[in-house]
Amino acid sequence: MTLPVQAEKVQNNKETRSPLARFGRKWGLQIGIVAVALVVWLTFVVTAPRTFLSGQIYQAFMQTTPLFAMMALPLTMVVIAGEMDLSFISIMAWGVAIYVLVLGWTGSILLAFIALLLAGLFAGLINGLLVVKIGIPSLVATIGTQFFWAGVVLVISNGTGASLVSAEGTPIYNMMVGRLGVVPAQMIWTVIIAIACWIFLNRTKLGGHVYLIGDNIDSARLMGVNVDARKIMVFAIVGVAAAFTGMAASYEVTYYWPTLGAGYLLQTLASVFLGGTSAFGGVGTIFGTFVASFVIGAINGGIVAAGLTGFWTQLIYGCIVVISVSIQTMLGKRLR
Amino acid sequence: MEYMLRMVNINKSFGEVKALRNVNFEVKPGEVVGLLGDNGAGKSTLVKIITGYHKPDPGGDIYWKDQKIGHLSVSEARKLGIETVFQERALADQQTIWRNIFMGRELTKAFGFMDVRKMRNETLDLMNSIMGFTSSAVTPDNAVKTMSGGERQGIAITRALYFNAELIILDEPTMGLSLTETRKVITFVSEITKAGKSCIFIDHNIFHVYPIADRIVVVDRGAIAGQFTKDTVTLDELIDRLYRVAQTGVLDTSSNKAQA
Repeated sequence: MTLPVQAEKVQNNKETRSPLARFGRKWGLQIGIVAVALVVWLTFVVTAPRTFLSGQIYQAFMQTTPLFAMMALPLTMVVIAGEMDLSFISIMAWGVAIYVLVLGWTGSILLAFIALLLAGLFAGLINGLLVVKIGIPSLVATIGTQFFWAGVVLVISNGTGASLVSAEGTPIYNMMVGRLGVVPAQMIWTVIIAIACWIFLNRTKLGGHVYLIGDNIDSARLMGVNVDARKIMVFAIVGVAAAFTGMAASYEVTYYWPTLGAGYLLQTLASVFLGGTSAFGGVGTIFGTFVASFVIGAINGGIVAAGLTGFWTQLIYGCIVVISVSIQTMLGKRLR
Repeated sequence: MEYMLRMVNINKSFGEVKALRNVNFEVKPGEVVGLLGDNGAGKSTLVKIITGYHKPDPGGDIYWKDQKIGHLSVSEARKLGIETVFQERALADQQTIWRNIFMGRELTKAFGFMDVRKMRNETLDLMNSIMGFTSSAVTPDNAVKTMSGGERQGIAITRALYFNAELIILDEPTMGLSLTETRKVITFVSEITKAGKSCIFIDHNIFHVYPIADRIVVVDRGAIAGQFTKDTVTLDELIDRLYRVAQTGVLDTSSNKAQA
């Protein structure tokens, strides 16, 4: 009885599925973002050859880009799961505020650093619980927690910053922002986090569920996926990553600002969406976010090097978010 | 073992509304039972009791392979081997075929790492054997959204078969499908019986149920209005009787009641 079905199948596929088309379909997102990266890079090389043909600017990129890439990578998982997190910028400062507090009580940088990670985990879990157990849309819930943690930080620190000079030269400081030759430690962390996120999403059972949840939450639930636990998990991971990144950003300038995260929201989101992650969930790659975050980082440096004022950066990031999400949505419609 | 599933004297009320009245229902091993009835007749309530989603009112009994089941929950029903294939909600469209086949039951190596290669290979085997995809252009890495409605239904049915479902419930599997696509679904249903499993096929369209089902059970207003084995009734007779049921709520079952 299966024979007629088979015959039909072969006919249907003959003209529509050449190997090239199949390759494009599978790797389209990755090819797209690499092409964007090349175009952006070539543009800057042409408009500001002196800057973009010297090694210095690339070292600067490796120093600054990780400070949002390390959050954009785990945030990609939240977006793939069909959710959103806007609170990570406040969690950065909240984590470091706890670090400063614990360091003051105990004098131990190690204890303070552990407290920082736990503070991030706690804030991430709260986000997850609000979304899953109470059922608030994540966009709204995390705007709420964004304001909340920013407020907590101001109350704890009385609105004033703190010097982090005491940490300079310690193992933890070197681990976070030291230099390995010319490569800043945070760049190495970014690569480690990217590899870890990739393995988690593509090679583990728990991570694989993230795609299923974002794609069709009903079917995932019916097939026995613990949807609630997985969502809380990805929010928690972003929380820890935000606190960790906040620490790196603060160590980098050896000073803690209570308004630490303020500049990172747009760059982080732009990295995720430019990287090809669907705003509707279910689709996205770690590789895309990784490359996209360096495109975003390059745009920041490139705009200034190309002779425009820094005021242009925000305008361009805004355009990138809107355009990349629009292209995603239109491509998605055409396929449906 | 005479029956895979036997339900005796099942009642179900939702507050004042009696959704099911004294229902006796059984499925034999290897049998395809067509469950036919209008919207609201009680088909889905009956099925939701079988899948453990609803609890029947006290007084009725459910037997699985001659063993009485005290309390049936959704997860227990799955463990017994009862799988439901839903029309719309079964698959994650943007994911690959192998991800969908193994959804929620991924094969793993140590430490929760997925055995991706094994899942791909198993999927390829299933595609060649049960699903009948022989074109090399369709691989386990194709996204489900690129497939037709009938093929998708096939993936959902294959998934249930692979995980050793004993009783597969198809909830309106041909809804919204074209004639050719419907034929494909019917092919998949025949695979179910070939594998020696049982199947409950729910539909309100007699023309979809009749060609596949060994036995057709008609539900009307919360009760079993009658049942026919296919060899005792022609399609025309059946249609005739269904009109009568729709008008009066009772079937003239003097000659054709199969299980009497």
